[in-house]
Parts: sequence; structure tokens; C-alpha cells
Amino acid sequence: MRIIRFVWNWFDEITGVSGWLIPLAKHPVPHARRSAWFYVLGSATLFVFIVQIVTGIALASAYVPSAGQAYHTLAFISGTRFGHIVRGIHSFGASAMVILIGIHAIRVYLFGAYKYPRQMGWLTGVALLFLVLGMAFTGQLLRWDQTGFWSVVIAAEQAGRTPFIGNWLGHFILAGDTAGGATLSRFFALHVFFIPALIFFFIGFHLYLVVRNGISEPPKIGQPVDPKTYRRWYHDLLHREGVPFWPDAAWRDAVFGFLVIAAIVALAVVVGPPVLGKPPDPSIIEASPRPDWYFLWYYAVLSLIPRWSENYVIILGPAILIIVLILLPLIAYKGERSPFKRPWAFGIVAFIVFMIAYYGTVGHVAPWSPRMSAPPLPASVIGATSGPVADGAKVFRDKGCEFCHKISGYGGIRGPDLTYAGDRMTPEQMETRIYSGAPNMPSYNGNITQQQLSDLLAFLTSRRRRPATALPLSSSSK
Amino acid sequence: MSEDSIHGPADDTAECGRRRFLSRLSIMVGSIAGVIVAIPSVAFLLGLRKVPHVWRTVGKLEDFQIGTTVKVAFLDPSPLPWSGVTARTAAWLRRETAQQFIAFSVDCTHLGCPVRWLPDANLFMCPCHGGVFYANGTVASGPPPKPLTQYPVRVQNGTVQILTSPLPITT
Repeated sequence: MRIIRFVWNWFDEITGVSGWLIPLAKHPVPHARRSAWFYVLGSATLFVFIVQIVTGIALASAYVPSAGQAYHTLAFISGTRFGHIVRGIHSFGASAMVILIGIHAIRVYLFGAYKYPRQMGWLTGVALLFLVLGMAFTGQLLRWDQTGFWSVVIAAEQAGRTPFIGNWLGHFILAGDTAGGATLSRFFALHVFFIPALIFFFIGFHLYLVVRNGISEPPKIGQPVDPKTYRRWYHDLLHREGVPFWPDAAWRDAVFGFLVIAAIVALAVVVGPPVLGKPPDPSIIEASPRPDWYFLWYYAVLSLIPRWSENYVIILGPAILIIVLILLPLIAYKGERSPFKRPWAFGIVAFIVFMIAYYGTVGHVAPWSPRMSAPPLPASVIGATSGPVADGAKVFRDKGCEFCHKISGYGGIRGPDLTYAGDRMTPEQMETRIYSGAPNMPSYNGNITQQQLSDLLAFLTSRRRRPATALPLSSSSK
Repeated sequence: MSEDSIHGPADDTAECGRRRFLSRLSIMVGSIAGVIVAIPSVAFLLGLRKVPHVWRTVGKLEDFQIGTTVKVAFLDPSPLPWSGVTARTAAWLRRETAQQFIAFSVDCTHLGCPVRWLPDANLFMCPCHGGVFYANGTVASGPPPKPLTQYPVRVQNGTVQILTSPLPITT
């Protein structure tokens, strides 16, 4: 014991560590009372980031960032017992970071903690939010399976919509003319060096600001921020009723951080990492790339907006979001902090959360995507094994109708459900639609023979609740 | 100036000038060091790998039937040694007449997903947002803003060849 004390005293005397570490740990923070558990989100994000560094280094020690080999090294990592778990932790950790930084931003927004003097805390936080999203995207891509590969192509195509420099920017993302050998290395460097370096910088700045300006006190109605008097008022508040950060506030950070990390590890062990898809071979065209869950809402929004607005939304949407987030603390830097005096703050948060949840769900279902792997309609649904109805069902399949139109639970949902098409439309109406097409349906004019058409109409008119005899024009064999 | 008050007499203009010179000197050499390192690094990063366009043989003339569209796979013009399977590219090749072919890029002009050929429907369909193209590559329905991109294709000594091209990016 005396030895340890001697070494510590020697170390402390020549470094002066205790001179700044102890005051830093013990610095007074406002007594948060009932709001105390709201203050654990930022630290939890930081703890999970450390988890990502540890597991990321472990993965990087076996991952080969080569376009031809990355996929195989990931399969190798996943095949080992602990590699499987480490990949799972890294994957669930990524999700946790996106969720936690999002809730943390919402908490800071609702508490008005971005107001004077903490505007730069908000701005560095916005930078961190987008850097974390950048990590999420590049991370999905480093999986370098088929979806990872096509994600690069889709990202390049989206960047291509930028005015003037689109073509150059798209090929810059690919690191050349095509997605290939040079592309993956670029995203590996982004994911492992460039973005983490920026994250380190902004976390350091963010934490420095937290210590310099103090942790915001829970907002109270009727206690608006006045930049002229706030610092003195906050100083008096700490003097009056402050508690030392360590351990009075920090224990909650420790406990919540532990729970989050325990949940991540448990999910990694029980659920495991995301399954690797097909290899990143561009000549295997049976691919249906989908983003990971954090970008599903954006995927859905881009898929559902009117077509003319697409170029504007792809470029202006994120730009406007960034500008609004930057302007917020610069414009609304004083006044009431309590969300009960800023009811629109609740409204905005509710709107954003609802949009992300709703469009995330829609993006998961992706009704706009044809179901090209839908199984053929079984005979029980067709209701005939020979004759015009059966032949029409084959036409329905062969012409690709089924990929977009559902019948009795089979097929896609891009177009209307045709389970009871015979009840809703006459054969003439069907024929018109098949010949003329629609904005989202190709015209089959010149692409279908008379025989195929009459079989198809026989099949479609037989799709009904009531017996086929109800419509006089029906050519159904039922 | 605040630094004058730290050391040395404030009224010593020679000392003041010396310090101003040293400050500027330090900032200048630091900036120059930064620039001479940044120029090659950024230039390397921004420099895109340009590769020559070359004709790739995708099959013998008699392998392709008139009026049919088939998928052909071929290698990028100069794959890097570590490119592996990503050096491969696919195209949809259609034999129009005895000597005439059309080759389409598989990338949908909407967001680049690979389109599939439905031989019985005579249509290309994109699995991402349901873009549909006719057999001649023109848009049939859905979000694609442009027809499918075509690759130059030629018949040479009884073989069919496609000219490799950069990934088409819709701007």
C-alpha cells in the first residue's frame, strides 16, 4: 500500500494530474432532481462509441479492405465464435449510437439546452449527429455483400443529382469510372480513419464546452435565459445548490451506460450480426438492395415524393435540414427554455418521431418495390388447371403482372390488389388499362397477343367474390 | 498589443517589430508546411482512376438468337489485382438482326439498381422502385427519367464485343 502511494505521489508530483482531474470530476453541477435521468443520454452515446472503437479495432484486425476479399474476411470473422459476437456488438452498437444520439438531441432540444451560452454545444452535437449517420452508412457498406455493393452505386447515383458537379461527384464516390477495386478502400478509410478522427475532435470540443459552460439546469417555467445575466445566475445556482458531478450525477451515467452496453452484448449473443448477403458480384443481377433501418425512412420518403420533386429533395432535403439545425441556436438563443412554454417544440419532436417511425415502417414494407421473387399462383387460387383461366394465370405471371399486383395474398403491392378485379372492372375496362398502361404500369400495346389478352381477361374476370355468372360478358370457365 | 506587456518594454518599437515578424514567420512556415503536404494528398484523393475503354468479347455471334435479350458478363477494362468479383460487369445484350446488336447497361437510370429482363413480358423491370423499360430500352413506366444507357457493341471476326464504359450516372 505504501509503495502504491509512493508511486502515485511521485507520478502526481511530476504530472500534476490530480490538480485538474479531481476538480474536473468534482465540479459542481445543478441538482437535476426529477429530471436527473434525462441527463444520461449523451454519456451513454459516448460509452457506446467507446464500445464501437474496441469492437471496431477487433474487427479491423481481421478484415481485409480489398474489394475482392473483404466479403470472404467477413465470412471468416462471422464463422469464429467470438468474431460472430464482436460483429454483433458492433452492429447493435451502431444502432444504439444512432438511437441514443437522436434521443439526446431531442432531449437537448426539448430542454432548450441549446440556448445561450451553449449554442456551440448544439452545433458540435449536430456535427456529431451527421458524423454518426456517416459511420452508419459507411459501416453498412463495409459489409461488402451484394447490398453493400449496390449501396455505393445508389449513393453515387444520388450524388449525381447535384447540379453542375453531379457526374464528377458520383464518380468521386466510386473512386473511378466504375465501382470496383478502388471503391471499398475509400470507404474503409472514411469509416476507420477520417470520420472517427472528426468524431474525436468534435467529442473533445463538445465535452470541453460542457465543462466550460456547465451542464444545463433543468428548465423551469418563467425562468427565461437572458444572455446578460445568465452566467452570473448560473454561477449563483451552482454555489447555492450544486452537487459534485462525481459521484452524485455520474453514478446515473454509469448505471444507464452499463444497462445499454449489457443490452447490446445480450442482443449480439442472442440475435447475432446481420447476415451476409450474396457476394458483391455486379454480374449477379438478382439483387434488391435495401438500406439498414436508420435510412429506411429516407428511402421511403424518396420513393413516395412526386417524381418531379425528386432532384430537389435528394439535394435540398438534407441541405435544408442541416441549415435549420445550424440556425436554431443562432436565432432562438434566449428566452423560455421550458418545453411547456414552447409547445411547438413538442409538436415538432412528435412530428419528426412519427415521420421517422411511419416512413421507416413503410420503407420496411417498400410497397413500391415489385416482388420479383413472388411464387407463382397455386392452382387453388387460380381455380382451374386448364382452359382460358389457367392459361390467363400463366400470362399474368409471365407478363410480370404478379410482381406488382396481389391476388389472394400472392404477388406485389405496387399496383392495386386484383383479388376481386372481376367485381370492380368490366373486361373492356381491363383491356383499356392493359393497352394504355399508367404512370406506374407499362402499356402492353404490341406486347401481348390476342390469345394472351383474352386468356388474361378470362383469368382476371374470374377474380370475384360472387359466382362468375353474375357478369354477362365473363368468359370465365369457372 | 497584449504581448508587448508580457515581457519587454512596451515602448520598444524594435522589440515589438521583432515579435510581430517572428509571429508572422511562424504562421507562414506552418501554413506552407501544411500546404505542401495537403496538395499531393488531396490531389491523390480527388484524382479519379481513368481507365481506357476497351472492347470485350462477350460471346460468339452464333451464341445469340435474333430477337432475344440475354445477360452477358464481362470484365472491367483494367481491373485492379485485388478487385475480385467486383471487376465483373453485366449488360443486357439483344440481337436485333444478323449483324445488329444493342447492349444495355443493367443500371436503372433512376438510382442505379440492376434491372432484370422478363423474357415473356418483353420488359426490363427494376426491383427497387418498379421502373419498367421496353425491350428497346425506352421507359415504359415508373420513376426512371431516361431510357436505359446503351453500350457500344460490334461484331468482329464472328465474335460479339462490347465497349466498356463508366457507370452511367443520371444527372
